[in-house]
Order: sequence, then C-alpha cells, then structure tokens
Amino acid sequence: MRRRHAGVTALVLAVLLSGAAPAPARVVSESQVHEVAAELRCVVCQNLSVADSPSEMARQMRVIVRERLEAGESPAEVVQYFVDRYGEWILLSPRRRGFNLLVWFAPLAAVAVGLAIVAVLVRRWTRRPASEGTVPSLDPAMRERIRRETEAER
Amino acid sequence: MSRRAWRWLIPLAALPLLALLAYGFRVNPREIPSPLVGRPAPGFALTAFDATPLTLDAQRGRVVVVNFWASWCYPACYEEAPVLERSWRAYRDRGVLVIGVDIQDTVEAAQKFIRDFGLSFPNAPDPTGKVSVDYGTYGVPETFFIDRRGRIRARHVGALTDDVIRAHVERLLAEPAG
Repeated sequence: MRRRHAGVTALVLAVLLSGAAPAPARVVSESQVHEVAAELRCVVCQNLSVADSPSEMARQMRVIVRERLEAGESPAEVVQYFVDRYGEWILLSPRRRGFNLLVWFAPLAAVAVGLAIVAVLVRRWTRRPASEGTVPSLDPAMRERIRRETEAER
Repeated sequence: MSRRAWRWLIPLAALPLLALLAYGFRVNPREIPSPLVGRPAPGFALTAFDATPLTLDAQRGRVVVVNFWASWCYPACYEEAPVLERSWRAYRDRGVLVIGVDIQDTVEAAQKFIRDFGLSFPNAPDPTGKVSVDYGTYGVPETFFIDRRGRIRARHVGALTDDVIRAHVERLLAEPAG
C-alpha cells in the first residue's frame, strides 16, 4: 500500500514537474504571489480576494499569478492581464483616475463639507447668547428683584 | 447667505447622492460587460475527452460557439446541454462549431454528463483553468460567440435558449467571411 502511494506521489510529481517544464526565469516567493492576488477579486466569491478565497477558481488564479511572475512579468503586468479579461471589476480597489476619483475623494469631500457645516453651526450657537440673549429683554425692575432674591439666599 | 437658502442647500446637496444610489441599486452587480467583446478570441489548445486535439486557431472561417460548463452546474448547465446539442446538429453543416469547455470538474463526472446528454460536439476539460481565465469567465455556464475572423462578438451568461443561440449564430453567419 505504502509502495503504491510512493508510486502515485512520484507520478504526480513527474506530472507537476513536466507541466512546469520551462524553468522559471526567477524565483517568486509566496508573499509576492499573495501581494498580487490580494489586489484581485475572487470572481466566484462575494467580497473576497483571490489571495483569501479557498475556491478552486481562486487557487487556479494564484497558480496563473505565480507562473506569470516566474516568467518575468512585473506585478503590474500580471494585474493588467486580469484587467484585460475581466475589466476593472476584478480590482478590489478601483484605480485612482478618471471617474473613479469620485469614489476616492467624494468621502473626503463629504467629511470636509460636514465639518464646515458643524463649524458654522457651532459658532452660531455659541455666539447667540452673547449677542441677542434674553438678558436685554429683562426690565430693570425684574433684574433688581432677581439680584435681591439671590443675595438673600446666600 | 440667508438662512432660507441654507435650509434648501442641505437637502439639495443630498440629491446627487440619492441619484447615485438610485442608479446603483438598479444595476445588477452580476452583469459585468466583458472587455473581450469585439477583441480577438484568446487562442487555446486543449485535448478533448475523446483524446483528439482541439485548437481554436484551426477553426478560423467558422462561427464558433465556446461554451463553459461543469457537471456540478445544476440546473443551468443541465438546461442548456440539450439546447447546445440541438443547435450543433442544426448548424454544423452551415459552418458552425460548438466547443464545450469543462471547468473545475472531474473527468468521470464530466464524461457521464456528456454521455447522459448524448453530446456529439467536441468537449474538452480545462484542468488548469487557464482557458476560463483567458476568457474572463466568472462561473458556469458562460458562452462566447466568435465570428469567422476569430473575434469574440458576444458573451452570454447563464443558460442558453434556442432563441439566444439562433440570434447570435444567424447574425454571425450572415456576415461575409473576409
């Protein structure tokens, strides 16, 4: 039984090695593959990257990423290979250009506008009692009475 | 600015956002246009289940229907398998080739599927997934219509119907081969 396993293992290894026949142009680490795969959306998942997905499709995509990096392509070229086939949809974060800039900067703009509105309102609310407060509407007699009564309580 | 204007400005500022949301929620996030439509079809060289070589380049001059499927893709692939076989029989003499590419599947299950539906058009496994990624497929079933000059002209996501195939194939057949 064990011998048969060894035989199967050898066969699998042989197939794998023959499949990867052209020797890689350079050695690619797991983290380099991960870096590219993390940018790509797993196409059969909901909101998972190719790096994080356990699906068969994502596994095959990671193999493709590795092979392309080993063949000498830059990470950007590998990403572009996927973009050419799937569109920018494949990218987990949209590229910072053109219409996409709206996605990047609209939240910042919204926060800035919100802060400005808050600042204006806060200033208005804190200024109001000093300028048009209820004090002038008190007639002198009433003010005198309040003064007397608060003094009496001391 | 007067206070009255301020009162209107805030709800007005929300309008573009509401418009964006109204648009966004109406769009089906699963319907993503393929950037490959209009471009040359990625070539492939596969080995069919019956061990014959199957290359796309050899089909230049024919209208090619490339269908991605899997035996576990129930019910869509089961619905369209008879449709594909019917179309293949109806159009094979008019210069149309149907090619099935089986992805993420086991050979046994795929061969059973082919037997069960009596598929007579060439079918090949894509064990590394390279062809399916080259075509930017998301899942199965997905079908590409390639014209006689080797360009992808349409992509259909989901189960095919007789009408869908007929419409695409007739349109491509009507075009001059050159």
